[in-house]
Amino acid sequence: MATFSTSEFKGGLKVLIDGEPCSILENEVVKPGKGQAFNRVKLRNLKNGRVWERTYKSGESVEGADVLETDMQYLYTDGEFWHFMKTDDSFEQIAADEAAITDAKIWLKEEDIYTVVLWNEAPISVTPQNFVELEVVDTDPGLKGDTAQGGTKPATLSSGAVVKVPLFVTIGDVLRVDTRTSEYQNRVTK
Amino acid sequence: MQANWRPSATIEVLKQRGALVALIRHFFSCRGVLEVDTPVLMPTTATDVYIDSFRVQGSPLFLQTSPEFALKRLLAAGSGAIYQMGKVFRRDAPSKRHNPEFTLLEWYRPGFGLEQLMDEVEALVVEVFAEAAHLAPAGTALASVERLSYRELFQHHLGIDPHRASDADIARLSAEKIDLAAEALSRTDHLQLLLSHCIEPKLPRACFIVDYPVAQAALARIEIDATGEPVARRFELFVDGMELANGYFELQDAAEQRRRFEADIAERAARGHDAVPLDEDLLAALDHGLPECSGVALGVDRLLMAALKQPTLTSLLTF
Repeated sequence: MATFSTSEFKGGLKVLIDGEPCSILENEVVKPGKGQAFNRVKLRNLKNGRVWERTYKSGESVEGADVLETDMQYLYTDGEFWHFMKTDDSFEQIAADEAAITDAKIWLKEEDIYTVVLWNEAPISVTPQNFVELEVVDTDPGLKGDTAQGGTKPATLSSGAVVKVPLFVTIGDVLRVDTRTSEYQNRVTK
Repeated sequence: MQANWRPSATIEVLKQRGALVALIRHFFSCRGVLEVDTPVLMPTTATDVYIDSFRVQGSPLFLQTSPEFALKRLLAAGSGAIYQMGKVFRRDAPSKRHNPEFTLLEWYRPGFGLEQLMDEVEALVVEVFAEAAHLAPAGTALASVERLSYRELFQHHLGIDPHRASDADIARLSAEKIDLAAEALSRTDHLQLLLSHCIEPKLPRACFIVDYPVAQAALARIEIDATGEPVARRFELFVDGMELANGYFELQDAAEQRRRFEADIAERAARGHDAVPLDEDLLAALDHGLPECSGVALGVDRLLMAALKQPTLTSLLTF
């Protein structure tokens, strides 16, 4: 894999730090008028999501990471692995372990498309689309609350996620939800 | 590929910039400081280990990184108080706060001590911010500029004396505070990292840092402070955590200046940096006699970026 000098650092670059694949989020040059230049780099570990900052002497290099982001269709889980299929008509499948699907687990719906990050061709993280549509499988009966007050109640979705919903939502409704904030957007049926 | 012919700055910002640059010239004219215009191409350049000059291909000339040497020769020739506001060039990677060419305002005040020069810098900055607040909706005036010593900042924020702590203690503190992927760093490197990472974010909106460690004296005189500690009589101006200016109570001693230049040149060679010649003309001028003076260099683009509340240096530049 290629190496990248600090002068090539930019947001989105995938690098290997302490043996782990990371993505550069921000790169700031610190250059005192009369001193050594450094690069303050904000990094995200692509395996566990940890974000932190590391400082490099300008001019140093780090190894690149063979990381590929690709859209894949979720098929099923066998309890140990979660199986996804490529969307390029190759029908090629990959199996993601529990660690890789942590963030997506409560949003999984068969046949939906997810962004899968592959490191050396193995999945290390799965991200749902920003908005997903899921069915309500459990919530309290439609309370006659004061909707003008914006009353909410919890609802469990088919994927396992629990989101706050308006009081008029009932079991069987399909909801559009923002997966980044777990916020209810609107009802898509009824 | 689509041509990108449009300027980086908006026309509105260029008008504001033009008005503020005119204000700066008026400020010096009112105070009887003469504007001079020294060459951008000269046969010598800064020897600083961390400043790299552009060399003109096929010629012995360098694009100047600051007009300092030429201005000091004018001072030695009896110019009196002078300033220059013009382009300088440094081989720095562009960033939000850096551009390889930028506008530097540099001025020298014979007879001024560092405190008096800081008073003048403060007066200029306060005027520029007041006018910027008038010109740009986002601009806010600045009431005053605090003065804090390098030592008190390190003691207050990090509990360490930057002059007396051992090299090992400073390196240990820096490793503890900063996730650092760099080896073979000097005491000065560690102090500068601690300053930029741990202290700059906590500085007041506008302040001078004064009395630097002797190792960071550059062209400043070294004097004994009230506690008996030798310190470099140097200040830096910070606004919004950004370094805007660097001032010295200027070294007059030609022999000491020669020693510092030679040390820089040796250090450049050891690190494999481009060789730069010794400026014998400047040393001869110092030998003839530089009046006792203080001088400061201020980054104009950065000053206006802070005053006009612009997010990047590029938004102040035409192209």
